[in-house]
Amino acid sequence: MSGWYLLIDSLPFEWAHFSFMQNALLAILLVSPLFALIGTLVISNQMAFFSEAIGHATLTGIAIGAVLGLSDPTWALMGFCILLALAVTLLRRFSKVSADTLIGLVMAFAVALGVVILSRGGGFAKYAGFLIGDLLTISAAEIARLALILLLVGLLWIVYFNRFVLTFLNRSLAQSRGVNIWAMEAFFASIVALVVAVSIPWVGLLVVNSLLIIPAATARNLASNSRQYLLIAAAFSVAAGISGLVLSFYWGTATGATVVLVALVLYALSFFPRRFLL
Amino acid sequence: MMQSNGINGSDAHLDQACCTRLVDVGVRLGSYHALERVNLHVHCGELTAIIGPNGAGKTTLLRAIMGELSHTGELIFQSATDSADRKRPRIGYVPQRIEIDASAPLTVLDLFAAAGTRWPLWLWYPKRIREEAGKALACVGAEDLLERRLGDLSCGQLQRVLLALAINPVPELLLLDEPLAGLDHAGTAQFYEIVSGLRRFMDLSILLVSHDLNAAASIADRMVFINKRSLLYDGTPAEVLNQPEVRKAFGLDVPAGSPDLSAKCALCPSNGGGAP
Repeated sequence: MSGWYLLIDSLPFEWAHFSFMQNALLAILLVSPLFALIGTLVISNQMAFFSEAIGHATLTGIAIGAVLGLSDPTWALMGFCILLALAVTLLRRFSKVSADTLIGLVMAFAVALGVVILSRGGGFAKYAGFLIGDLLTISAAEIARLALILLLVGLLWIVYFNRFVLTFLNRSLAQSRGVNIWAMEAFFASIVALVVAVSIPWVGLLVVNSLLIIPAATARNLASNSRQYLLIAAAFSVAAGISGLVLSFYWGTATGATVVLVALVLYALSFFPRRFLL
Repeated sequence: MMQSNGINGSDAHLDQACCTRLVDVGVRLGSYHALERVNLHVHCGELTAIIGPNGAGKTTLLRAIMGELSHTGELIFQSATDSADRKRPRIGYVPQRIEIDASAPLTVLDLFAAAGTRWPLWLWYPKRIREEAGKALACVGAEDLLERRLGDLSCGQLQRVLLALAINPVPELLLLDEPLAGLDHAGTAQFYEIVSGLRRFMDLSILLVSHDLNAAASIADRMVFINKRSLLYDGTPAEVLNQPEVRKAFGLDVPAGSPDLSAKCALCPSNGGGAP
């Protein structure tokens, strides 16, 4: 760890000498590839609305944390988001309501419940920070937690990636190959929920979904096979993350939203033919 | 051998060769009987065409055989080489159609890797997968498609790739769920030629769900007619297609020039007969 701080401190930039920026940079380097890994499959499975809903539903998770009097709401957030993701998966399986209506309803419930609980006695302003997030307050212990989750998702992407791809391409085909498709659906939804829940305090619930899907959408314009898809998404995610962080330092803006704007510029550039870019 | 529902399958024990038997298979979706008392005996090397109107339960039957829907009754597979009967044969499946958006960065090789190995396809492709995919694609005349993206393939190319995927590894039961919907005439003929060849070379049992009665009749050894959620007729294509109920379900008996709907409705194209 101390090596990291020395290394960054030696950079000839103003921002590189602040310890909160050194922490934030480390966090960005962990969160960006994590989002890219998840986002590529979110887009392949057309789950962008689902991940958006989970992001908004974190309000209720935060509210549960507040009611329980927890100083760190992360565990309540994770628990609630994973439960909600599993509930949506189950409802999709057994209900005749179309998936986007269902997700819309579940999101409406979770957002309204969260706002009602958090706004009791006019106290919502206290929690407004969760809307935009604050990456600059991240501590070393919290960075370690992100590193652990990146490691976990990386391992899961080694073990389960092929089965996810097949399930999201065609469920019957996956079934004929012996894939437990409902387990894969529930499992993937839980992982998305977990990652969204963990990153909410740092990137904010308004933009968390943008960070998930924009790098993957960019990579889709450029990749010609699955490996390129993942690698390009990760590269764009990291590039947007670092530039967004540095810009937010100089502009005094919220990091998450600044990263999103940079990512969108990269997305627009990805429409140019490949020969001009690479 | 003309049999109505309920008595087929009783002769199954006489036959010790490789076969798949469905005994009294039924599917319930909630309180709704999607399929009832289906008895079917499919021999290896035989192509059985499943015909029936929309909503009759054809795809439900395939999904039950694959284990995607839970079913009552028994599915027994008897291999020529193993002595013991097994619950499930090794199944190859060609879906009706696959929804792929044109931007999906998934190549044919990616598809083979995703289906054929646990090794994550975003790292690198095992050599074995590349070889197997090449061999399977060669069987369907699609070896040049290995590196192409699925979204860039034509309908016929995609169906041939999915067929190649379904025969790797060689299955014991090959399920084709209206694989030709959306294919032009030449594509259909080519696909049937390939399937016919595979049946002979690989000694496969094939179940083909089809709407194209003429094509199905020309390729199938046997035909079964499913309607109103149960299996009604089972025999040679000629026998089944001569049943009055079958002819009625597909409108095969509309005589030319009779006062049918097209006389009253200016929007309907005139009925061209349609008898095989």
